[in-house]
Amino acid sequence: MAWQWFHRLGSPRWFYQKSSAWLPWLGVASLLLLLIGCVWGLGFAPQDGKQGNSYRIIYIHVPAAFLALAGYYIMAICGAIGLIWKMKLSFVVMRAAAPIGAALTFISLFTGALWGKPTWGTYWVWDARITSMLILFFLYLGVMALSGAFSREQSGDKASALLALVGTVNIPIIYKSVDWWFTLHQPATLKLTQASTIDPSMFYPLITMIAGFYLFYAWVLTLHTRTMILQREWRTQWVRELLGQTAPGRP
Amino acid sequence: MHPARKQRLILVILLVVLSSAAVGFVTYAMRSNMDYFYAPSAFAAGEVPFAKRIRAGGCVVPGSVVRDSDSLDVRFAITDGEAELEVVFDKILPDLFAEGEAAIVTGKLQQGGFVRADQVLAKHDESYTPPEVMESMKGKASCHGDAKI
Repeated sequence: MAWQWFHRLGSPRWFYQKSSAWLPWLGVASLLLLLIGCVWGLGFAPQDGKQGNSYRIIYIHVPAAFLALAGYYIMAICGAIGLIWKMKLSFVVMRAAAPIGAALTFISLFTGALWGKPTWGTYWVWDARITSMLILFFLYLGVMALSGAFSREQSGDKASALLALVGTVNIPIIYKSVDWWFTLHQPATLKLTQASTIDPSMFYPLITMIAGFYLFYAWVLTLHTRTMILQREWRTQWVRELLGQTAPGRP
Repeated sequence: MHPARKQRLILVILLVVLSSAAVGFVTYAMRSNMDYFYAPSAFAAGEVPFAKRIRAGGCVVPGSVVRDSDSLDVRFAITDGEAELEVVFDKILPDLFAEGEAAIVTGKLQQGGFVRADQVLAKHDESYTPPEVMESMKGKASCHGDAKI
């Protein structure tokens, strides 16, 4: 059957064994890009004419916000695949993505507040962009709480996948909030269809940081998924063998 | 695809579509409350209530900033390209406040059609430019009174 490869993909054991080969590449590439991007952006890119040095928060704020949004889709899509195909690995990835996304959302909110004080004159306002981003943070926390709220693991998987899927409606709202409504937050600087309104000397370190964040996300998500696989599958033969234990009979 | 999986796929799609539609309708119904501030033309059209705390946003009209000589009072006008709104403020302006830049003020609309503000925030635009490049574009205000600042 044509779908067989897809089901093999869903085996935690297969993923655990394959991913150990990806880890060093992901780790080295992401740390290298982040290092280059940080030194370039914080040390060598020119100052902004109006904001001075405080604009450099963009090199953390924008990549973190990008990944907070993209990570939500990854989490929700994994939840959907888990619900439809009853795939164990998919739910594990969904659970692993939630705290990483929450951390990235917090970073973008926190760096935004730090930047807001010298630029706008306030740490926080309740405009559509900032409020919808705060809702994203609560959605991540909700998925984390709900996935751990059931004694049966499968119930937690299902409930948190449903919450993650309902929450996807927030992502286009966050993305378009600055265009649909009057907000204090400025519209997007990096545009898909038009020229970006950032000088190339500032843009190249930014794109390096964004690529670095993407790889870092993939690295951390893989690491976290592997840990959760071991926690979930600790009773199985292959995990026991991996940990050097001889299986003392079936549990 | 297995019929049971197909059914679950349809349920998942329905869940996303219906919840998006629900949130979409709610957001659409509240659209006038989603804006963080009123544009100056909303004041001209009489849509803004008197003596209630409201916010107004627009481009600070170049040449309109007048400081009082014996108090902290500062007067300026903001515009969205269609109408201008007079603002009076008596505290310290943020560093990035400037003529030709966007600002958002919080205060109450007074008789006489001006706003007495108790907070002024600078709204940064989405462009990032090094000082040398800005020097060469001198005289270009970053907001031109577009309706969408």
